Formats: sequence, C-alpha cells, structure tokens
Amino acid sequence: MADRFQAPDYYQIDDLLTEEHKLIRNTVREWVKKEVSPIIEDYAQKAEYPIQLNKGIAELGGFGPYIPTEYGGAGLDQISYGLIMQELERGDSGIRSAASVQSSLVMYPIYQYGNEEQRKKYLPKLASGEWVGSFGLTEPDHGSNPGGMITNFKDKGDHYLLNGAKMWITNSPICDVAVVWAKNEEGRIHGLVVERGMEGFTTPETHGKWSLRASRTGELVFDNVKVPKENLLPNKSGLGAPLGCLDSARYGIAWGAIGAAMDCYDSALRYSKERIQFDRPIASYQLVQKKLAEMLTEITKAQLLVWRLGQLKNEGKATTQQISMAKRNNVDMALKIAREARQIHGGMGITGEYPIMRHMMNLESVITYEGTHDIHLLITGMDITGISAFRVD
Amino acid sequence: MKILVCISKAPDTTAKIAFTDNNTQFDTNGVQFIINPYDEWYALVKGLEIKEAQGGSVTVINVGKADNDPTIRKALAIGADDAVRIDAEPTDALYTAKQIAKYAKENNFDLVLCGKETIDYNGSQVGGMIAAILDQPFISNASKMEMDGNKATVQRDIQGGKEVIEVETPFVLSAAKGMAEARIPNMRGIMAARTKPLNVIEPAEAENATEIVSYELPPAKGDCKYIDADNAAELLELLRNEAKVI
Ligand SMILES: Cc1cc2nc3c(=O)[nH]c(=O)nc-3n(C[C@H](O)[C@H](O)[C@H](O)COP(=O)(O)OP(=O)(O)OC[C@H]3O[C@@H](n4cnc5c(N)ncnc54)[C@H](O)[C@@H]3O)c2cc1C
Repeated sequence: MADRFQAPDYYQIDDLLTEEHKLIRNTVREWVKKEVSPIIEDYAQKAEYPIQLNKGIAELGGFGPYIPTEYGGAGLDQISYGLIMQELERGDSGIRSAASVQSSLVMYPIYQYGNEEQRKKYLPKLASGEWVGSFGLTEPDHGSNPGGMITNFKDKGDHYLLNGAKMWITNSPICDVAVVWAKNEEGRIHGLVVERGMEGFTTPETHGKWSLRASRTGELVFDNVKVPKENLLPNKSGLGAPLGCLDSARYGIAWGAIGAAMDCYDSALRYSKERIQFDRPIASYQLVQKKLAEMLTEITKAQLLVWRLGQLKNEGKATTQQISMAKRNNVDMALKIAREARQIHGGMGITGEYPIMRHMMNLESVITYEGTHDIHLLITGMDITGISAFRVD
Repeated sequence: MKILVCISKAPDTTAKIAFTDNNTQFDTNGVQFIINPYDEWYALVKGLEIKEAQGGSVTVINVGKADNDPTIRKALAIGADDAVRIDAEPTDALYTAKQIAKYAKENNFDLVLCGKETIDYNGSQVGGMIAAILDQPFISNASKMEMDGNKATVQRDIQGGKEVIEVETPFVLSAAKGMAEARIPNMRGIMAARTKPLNVIEPAEAENATEIVSYELPPAKGDCKYIDADNAAELLELLRNEAKVI
C-alpha cells in the first residue's frame, strides 16, 4: 500500500526550526517513503536487515550526523540529528537503530575517546556505510548494571588479550568493527575496537525475535582475542565512557520514538475516517475521538520536549538526567499510541497492511534497550532526591 | 551548455485550500510550500542531466518574495549551481514571463526549461510567453529529450500518441512526466546549498495583463452510496434519475 504519511504539527513547531532543519527533515521523509516503506514490511516478516539501504542512509547523513565533515560526518547540529532519527524511525525502529548504533555508539566514542589515527582509520568508512559498526556493552548477566561486566583484557606486552561475551548486540552478525567495553586487570572499563577477522572473535546471531525484526541482533564472543594495543580508545575510561555514548543515542531515540508515534497516529486518523461501522465513520464516535485527541496531545508534548532538549544539547547543557526523562517519556508515549492505534484499526491492525503492529513490537525493544523504562525513572528519582534507588553507591 | 530552469513554488499537495477576502485571496496560513513538482522533478533534473553529460551550468530562477528562499535552496541542494530570485510577487503570467525573459536575454542562456504547468494555477503560460519574448521556439509538454551538441530530439505527448521533433538551441521547453526521474537531495548537496549563490535582483518595470477576480472551491464530494451487487436495476435508476449521467 502506498505510504500516505502526513506528519502532525499541531503547535506549528515547524516555525521553531530553521529552513535547513526542514529541508533535512523533508529530505529524509521523502527518502523513507521511497526506499523504506515499500520494502520494510517484507524485511520485518523475513527477519532481515535491508543492508542495501545503508548507502542511502549514509548519503542522507544518517551515519554520524553531528560528526565533523573532515571525518566523513555530516557536521550538523543536534536538532538535525534528532530530525533524521525521527524520520528514520517513522519508517522503522530497526532502521533508526542501525543509524543510532553506528552514529552514537560507534562513531561517537571513536571520535570523542579515540586518537587521530583511530578517527582517520574508522570514521570515514563508517560514515559512508562501507563498514557496519556494533557496540558491545550488555552481557548475559549484566544488563541494567553494566558496571558489573566480566569481559576483560590483559596486557600481554605487545597486545591485549580479550575474553568474555556480549549479548543483545545490534548489528553484531553483520558488523565489520565493534566498540567493546571491557575491564583491564585493575577492573577499570576501557573501550577497544575489535575488528572482524581477529582470531577468536565470533558473532552468533540471536534468532526468533518478535521485535526489531528488521534489525540483526546477536552476541560478540571473545575467546582469547589478540587486540593490537593501538585499538584501545585512549582518551576516556571508566563507566562514564560508555554512558556518554548512551546519552547521545538516547537523545536520538527520544526523537525517533516520535516518528513511530506519528506514523501510528497518522494511520489511525486516516483509517478512522475511512472505516464505516453502524453507517458512520468510526472517527465520528466519541471513544475513537478521545483516542485520537489524546494521541495528538501526547505527540505535541513530546515534540516540544525534544525540541527544547535539542537546544540544550546544541548549547552543551543537556544533562544525562534530562535525556533520561525524554527517552523514557517519548518511548512510552509512542508505545501507548501504537497500542491505541492498533485498536482503532480493528482486525486490520494486526496485519502487515498497516505499520502499527510492527511499530508496536519494535517499541517493546526500544523501551528496554538503552536503559529500561524503569531505570530511567529511577535516574530521575535519584536526580531529584539525591538518593539512588537502583544501586548501592 | 548554459541552462536556466524556472521554478515556482506551489502549495504541498496535501495542503488544505481556503480563500479569504471574499474569495479573492488564497489563504496561506499553515500551508507548506514545495517546488512545483513539474519544475523540480522534470525540468530541473533534466537540466542537471544535460549538464552532467556535456558540462555547463544550471541556474534556477524564481519570481517571488523572500519567503520563497527555502524552496530555492532545495533546488540548489538537488544540484543547481546558482539561483536568481526576482524580488516581486508573480501576479500574473505575462508579468512573470517578462521578468524571466529579461534576465534570460541579458545572460544568454542556451536553454530555458520550465514545468508544463504549476499544480496550483495550471496556467501553462509562462514558458510560451518567455519563448515569444525571446523570439525562440517553444516546445511544450515534452516527455523526453536527447541532446547531441546543440541539437535536441524531443518527444511530446499528443492526443492519442507521440510526436518527435528536432530543434536547435536556443529554445524554451516545458517538461512533463517522463522527462527525468525525481532526485532526492543528499546531505552533501544540502550542505553545499548553504554557500551557493542566491542572487536577489530588482524586478523590471512591467504591467499585469490580467487580474484575478475571485476563486471558487470545487463542490464538496457527495456521499458514497453502496448498492447491492445483484441490484443492477437500482443502480440504473440512480444513475439515470439522481446522478443524471445516463
Ligand atoms: C533488540 C535489542 C537490541 C539491543 N542492542 C544492544 C546493543 O547494541 N548494545 C548493547 O550493549 N546492548 C544492547 N541491548 C541490550 C539492552 O541495552 C539491555 O537489554 C537493557 O539494558 C536491559 O538489560 P537486560 O535485558 O539484561 O534486563 P535487566 O537489567 O535484567 O532488567 C530486567 C528488568 O528488571 C528491571 N530492573 C533491573 N534493575 C533494576 C533496579 N535496580 N531497580 C528496579 N528495576 C530494575 C529492569 O527495569 C527490567 O524491567 C539490546 C537489547 C535489545 C532487546
């Protein structure tokens, strides 16, 4: 079915954007209509990532939007980055995930924590989509508590010896490079760039997901992998290093979720005006109007939230806690809208004819990864009370 | 080849159309504008294809006020080398054509391309008028064009078939569907557009030849009636007596 998406902008938030922001947003929107919408349902059903789209995502600046142009990035501001994520996720959370991981979890740490040689070696190939990157933080026994990780490396003189395993890693099965977080002999966390082909490094795929089906997920397994010393990211260590990447990715997710929500709302609005029951369009019934009106209210609030957060990010003032609030609020908002929109579509809502069920299932991952819904709440709680309710400090 | 592409802005196809001031003014409140699709998808992209094949330059020109600049930037992002905006309201076709023709004449373009019509006013006039003022041939409604040096072989859609004609530059052509495949700008193009020249020039002295007296919206769509598939008699009766089409 043709993609008839029309974005809601109830508060004329477009007036707060620059002309270039709008051009970027509309360009990605057009591209998603042309390249993503016609194929995404099929890829989600097959549980495959449409890797042929990477070239297009790269040309749109979707890999490293805010990385400086001298390293192949697009050199854009944070609002442009957010708008790109919003539009990609309007297509599918899996596509946005690929762009998020590559940009904020692979390119960002190499740019921020890497040295000049590392930046030159990796960033241009990641920006152009020639290489796929992945980010290994979560382990089978350490999800919300990554600081407890057991993946570790030992200094063997001319190289490091890496051992351990990472789980739930987006793009692991297809990655060329992985930014892996591991502890040294003193128990301090460092980032290492592990390249496909290094002996002892394998990437088994996780099958049977009901969510983010158009995105590949798997493990990163390190069995005595010799990592050259020049692959250690030298400029930051400790848990704050991976968490810094997550700030950037979560910010993108806060925008991305609006994309998924807008798609669900738009589809529900159109469907409710076209679907006749009891001789009238279902949009004429109060209960349906309540659903639609509440959806638009929530989308509008979320749009304003990320716009302000984007300004703070541009000024270098956004805090981790502010980003947590936006990620949590917006993903939850999107998931609730997806569920309501699914009901408005009746039985049609469970089919691939409409994007709703796919978005809804995708968002179940988005609400868990990059910090679960509850952990983000506890981050806000800790920020306002000064007391941590999720870890013993 | 020095190519001039005329671009106008048009309301987005999804815009809600309304009029104010006693149906004499188009209500632009909340309306998003785009480049007229025939100008963007076909005329501009064809101009770029010709430049890519034989070298030269593509200049886009628009008659309008400063709020048109975003649409003009998009044309630069798609690939035009520079842009000219003649700073005046395009109040009627002849006025607009005179402005563009004056610039085209002063700057010696080999080829002037425009869309076959705008999707709002559907006038199809400006291209022909530019050609007349420049005393050049005008090829309207062209759906295909091959260039060999300064010779063009152009295909036009005509009633029930096609017409193929040959013409040498300079000429003016209006482009229809089929002429080229729409391009989506990429980020490099968008960034390059930041620094490409957009020259604003003062309009030439010219008069309107026509004046819009009023607008009218099409009648609201009637309700859809469903008739049982077995009930051809009722269908006939409704078509005959209610819709009065048979
Ligand atoms: C599709 C997908 C892709 C992913 N991609 C990546 C990736 O690319 N890289 C990567 O490193 N990771 C990735 N992840 C992992 C993701 O970040 C983790 O799943 C997430 O951090 C949660 O960890 P967990 O699954 O181990 O859940 P757990 O941490 O075991 O949490 C289970 C439940 O317990 C709750 N909980 C835990 N601790 C507390 C507490 N102290 N107080 C209250 N409640 C608590 C949680 O909120 C949650 O509801 C991905 C996950 C998915 C599903």
